[in-house]
Amino acid sequence: MTAEHSHLPAENEIRIGVYVCHCGSNIAGVVDVAEVARWAAENLKDQGVVVARDYKFMCSSPGQELVTDDIKNFGLNRIVVAACSPHLHENTFRTATARGGLNPYLCELVSIREQDSWVHTDKAAATVKAKAILAGGVERVRRNEPLSPVRVDINPATLVVGGGIAGISATLELADAGFKVYLVEKDPSIGGHMAQFDKTFPTLDCSACILTPKMVAAGTHPNVELLTWSEVEKVEGYVGNFTVTVRKKARYVNEDLCNGCGVCQEKCPKKVIDEVFEAGLGYRKAIYTPFDQAVPRTPVIDRPNCTYFEKGTCKACEKFCETNAIDFNQEDSIVTLEVGNIIMATGYDLFDARKMTQYGYGRLPNVFTSLEFERLSNSAGPTNGHVVLRDGVTEPKSVAIVHCVGSRDKNHNNYCSAICCMQSLKFAHLIKEHTEATIYDFYIDMRTAGKGYDEFYQRILEEGGIFVRGKPAEITDVARTPEEEGKLILSVEDTLIGQQRRFPVDMVILSSGLEPRADAKELAVRFGISCSFDGWAIEKHPKLDPVATMTEGVFVAGCVSGPKDIPASVAQGAAAAARVLGRIQQKVMSLEPIKATVHAEHCSGCRICNTMCPYNAISFDDALGVSSINAAMCQGCGTCVAACPAGAISGTGFSDEQVLAQIEGLLMVGADGAPLRRSAFPVAHHEAVEEAVRA
Amino acid sequence: MIRAGKRAEVLRSNTPWMCLSCYHCVVRCPQEIEITDVMYAIKTIAEKEHTYPSNVGPDFTGVFIGQARRFGRSWEIGLTARHYLRHFPLRLPGMAPMAFGLFRHGRIGILPHRIEQRKQLQAILKRADELERAQ
Amino acid sequence: MSGYLYYPGCSMEGSGRSYRESLEGVLEPLGITLEEINDWNCCGATEYVSLSTTPAYAMIARNLAIAAGEQKDGESLVAACSACYLNLAKADHYMGKQPALNARVNDALGAGGLHYDPGTVRVRHLLEVILTDVGLDAVKAAVKRPLTGLKVAPYLGCMVPRPDVTGMTSDHDQPKSLDMLLRALGAEVVDYPLRTECCGGHMTQIAPRVGLELIRRLVSEAERLEAVMMVTVCPMCQINIDAYQGEMNAMFHTKHKMPIVFFTQLMGVAFGLEPKKMGVGREYTNASKTLAKALKAAPELALAAAGAPPAPRPRPDKRALPMPTMPQTPGMADSEVQE
Repeated sequence: MTAEHSHLPAENEIRIGVYVCHCGSNIAGVVDVAEVARWAAENLKDQGVVVARDYKFMCSSPGQELVTDDIKNFGLNRIVVAACSPHLHENTFRTATARGGLNPYLCELVSIREQDSWVHTDKAAATVKAKAILAGGVERVRRNEPLSPVRVDINPATLVVGGGIAGISATLELADAGFKVYLVEKDPSIGGHMAQFDKTFPTLDCSACILTPKMVAAGTHPNVELLTWSEVEKVEGYVGNFTVTVRKKARYVNEDLCNGCGVCQEKCPKKVIDEVFEAGLGYRKAIYTPFDQAVPRTPVIDRPNCTYFEKGTCKACEKFCETNAIDFNQEDSIVTLEVGNIIMATGYDLFDARKMTQYGYGRLPNVFTSLEFERLSNSAGPTNGHVVLRDGVTEPKSVAIVHCVGSRDKNHNNYCSAICCMQSLKFAHLIKEHTEATIYDFYIDMRTAGKGYDEFYQRILEEGGIFVRGKPAEITDVARTPEEEGKLILSVEDTLIGQQRRFPVDMVILSSGLEPRADAKELAVRFGISCSFDGWAIEKHPKLDPVATMTEGVFVAGCVSGPKDIPASVAQGAAAAARVLGRIQQKVMSLEPIKATVHAEHCSGCRICNTMCPYNAISFDDALGVSSINAAMCQGCGTCVAACPAGAISGTGFSDEQVLAQIEGLLMVGADGAPLRRSAFPVAHHEAVEEAVRA
Repeated sequence: MIRAGKRAEVLRSNTPWMCLSCYHCVVRCPQEIEITDVMYAIKTIAEKEHTYPSNVGPDFTGVFIGQARRFGRSWEIGLTARHYLRHFPLRLPGMAPMAFGLFRHGRIGILPHRIEQRKQLQAILKRADELERAQ
Repeated sequence: MSGYLYYPGCSMEGSGRSYRESLEGVLEPLGITLEEINDWNCCGATEYVSLSTTPAYAMIARNLAIAAGEQKDGESLVAACSACYLNLAKADHYMGKQPALNARVNDALGAGGLHYDPGTVRVRHLLEVILTDVGLDAVKAAVKRPLTGLKVAPYLGCMVPRPDVTGMTSDHDQPKSLDMLLRALGAEVVDYPLRTECCGGHMTQIAPRVGLELIRRLVSEAERLEAVMMVTVCPMCQINIDAYQGEMNAMFHTKHKMPIVFFTQLMGVAFGLEPKKMGVGREYTNASKTLAKALKAAPELALAAAGAPPAPRPRPDKRALPMPTMPQTPGMADSEVQE
């Protein structure tokens, strides 16, 4: 913390410029801004106000120029702008102040819009309130000190969490730019959900064909260190200087010795249902790589299902391994990584369709989810690409595809999952390719907004298929007529013709929605970011900053922040990488100097503040018996300042003095708008304030 | 339809009277619209404004409730007799075997059961009627 | 002994007489006492709310007020008839959620010197009380004559699982609560997919063709699954399926003969009580012969075998794709059925 060593100017040295913004009619429509400026010029002279102006749009170039010019022409050394919320333009005016040659932290922005004109209708009272708010700002700014930002070094290495397409995209951008990337993935291979798909819309590219080259590139890149079958356990530190603890789970296979020949998988006698990659539709062995093109090729032993670990027998893999790579004694290892930035690309989970009991998934054999169908259709899948019913043999003669399963539904997930309409159309095409079946598509709306998407929809329409605009009420196997016997019947209102209809089909595919990962909330806490009530990670700004988070140094890409298609995920991965590259290239980053500081001489060592800090920025020095705050990690939230019972912590930029002064200023204005008293210096004369209130 | 200006058609429709309150719609509706309650509302308004298309449904209900209010309990045989006489007189003979069967098994009473505090119930319902009319 | 307040409902005296008889019979083995509330009135079934709102709820609320007055220690109010249960629960729920309705209803109750604060009395259905408070283990322990060999279709009807304002079920479509209870009695329970489809309510009186078709669906599916008997919790469902089978057969030229009994009747029989005392034989479509036949055919099994899980299904074809696994405790809220 490098506050410039200075003393507060003596009273007669303070020269304040006051600027009251009209904000078009946003403020001026309720508050008489000209009057407020005039009032300030007249009544706040003793507080140091030298010039007071009102202007239509202070944030505009000419508006900002008023500030910079006045600083030079009037020798101003404090600025107060009464306008919108600091959230929006604090930076704007601080920068303008800096351009005028003044330390930017000598400028305060008070809100007379969000806190006044936007919430009141009584113009007279609102104007008085604006005066009070302005007076508060003036009193506070008198106690502002010039501050310098904290500068932190940026470690050029980056951590990417999640090896799906978004994570791989970010990794390749960073690695190709010449910087080190650690790619951590919890599954045995990178690839994510995209590796499970058959074809991708709208181009109908084979998913694995376009993905695997990128997987290989990431896996073999000299700048990339792949940590698969690994999970991040702890994140400490701050932007530019994160220390991340990663648990590399034991594979029970020595990665250096294994050559990926696959004999162990062949010989393993234990077959289990593959719930992850095959979506529960196929089998794998106890020692396995999730799919043939896995990167890395090193298999993993599923310990709970391994005969050796259960009973102490078998060891077939070890017997047949030519390179002696099997190591049953391998243990989890903990790896500590030092990185400068983190990109979270942990992806999504599929909505559990068993929750929609009216659709019978799990009860009726021939109801499938989208991921299950992807595996059926995929030629490398459990049926070698044959689209068949649950009996594994019969080809369906009619297939129904249901949109919005679990999405746009207040009983489950209220949002739209963005990709399911396109996915359903893709399924319609794939079914046509693989079978002779009649295809029914049940939708509420057709959401085909992307590039080439609506053309794809039109193409599918031309390919034939019966599109019914209606969400099925239920799927049942109870037949009412002989034609319905042995079929799955969808009961639906065809809203385009206004009739209730029943459709008997052989197979139903549910386009289930996307959900945040099951552990999304824990992950958010671990990485220090926020997530919404649903569990989607929250971006810094949904429109203007979709890959950054409120936590400096942690970025998000892909479906972790909300459902999106592959192009968007790839774009976000690259965008996050670009942001990180910007930081790396700058080598040093400036952080806001609004921080808390512990005054050691007042600290009693009670440590109440230690556990309160949401950013883990406070540590305790056992030797000295006092707490201290890491300035780089501190976000200036003020929790510890308020909590300290000894008042030993003060906030730079929000000291007790400043805050109390602002309150005093607010109370300086009476209900009729007349000033009650002049401020005293030093501040906080409680009796005087009471007297003013009584007056 | 109501929002499209077709209020009259809705109130004249037979649909709400076919609703049996099984609540399938309510638990499934993705917008959590209480459809069954909407049906009840339409029925009560149709009843007030006398816009129902056929009075078999409303009448059945009316007789049931009239008896329940008077006695404090429902009176199956009184309800059935009155209903069939009014609406399906030709079906009455066909109902005889069923009625006889129920009699035989002691599952139907001839006379209505009267609760003790009938006056209290009626006072409550009278006041409720007033409040309902005032709505 | 757990004590509850009890609201019988009009059908208990009349068409649901066997429900009452069997219910009274199984109270002791289950360790439940039911205290009938004093001078209760008809709940209005699905009729009153179709005519008006305030009087309908006021009529229901009179019973809630009486129950509240009779509470000594916060006892719940138990109803066995599905419509009565739902009406009482809905009244309590809506009065709590809508202050305006609450005010009007209490105003009306005031004219009779009564008052009811929503939330005072917890309304519960008999089935849920048995599964939650008594527990399946206790039910199994009370079984003296397991109903082995009796193939039944569990029919819950629509008002118990929906709209579920009391949160008693976790599945609105295929709750397995009744299945589990019947299995605990030793019966063989078919996987009856229409377990919560509506029986038609009063539709047989309004539009017979519709009403009878609804009944036909239920009966024919049960028969197709080879159940010999349907078991229900609701007097309306029972009388519809029972008394109208003749008319239904006439209209659709079918020859169905599906007896339907109340679950408490089967409980009583399983507890060793005499079927006749449990009201078996009062049905229009006679159940006593079917019951006797099934029980005679089944050998006596040790108590430990009662409620054993169904025989494992035959091994599926090797080529078949695996089915997703379903959650373990469907039906009642998970925390309650763990015992």
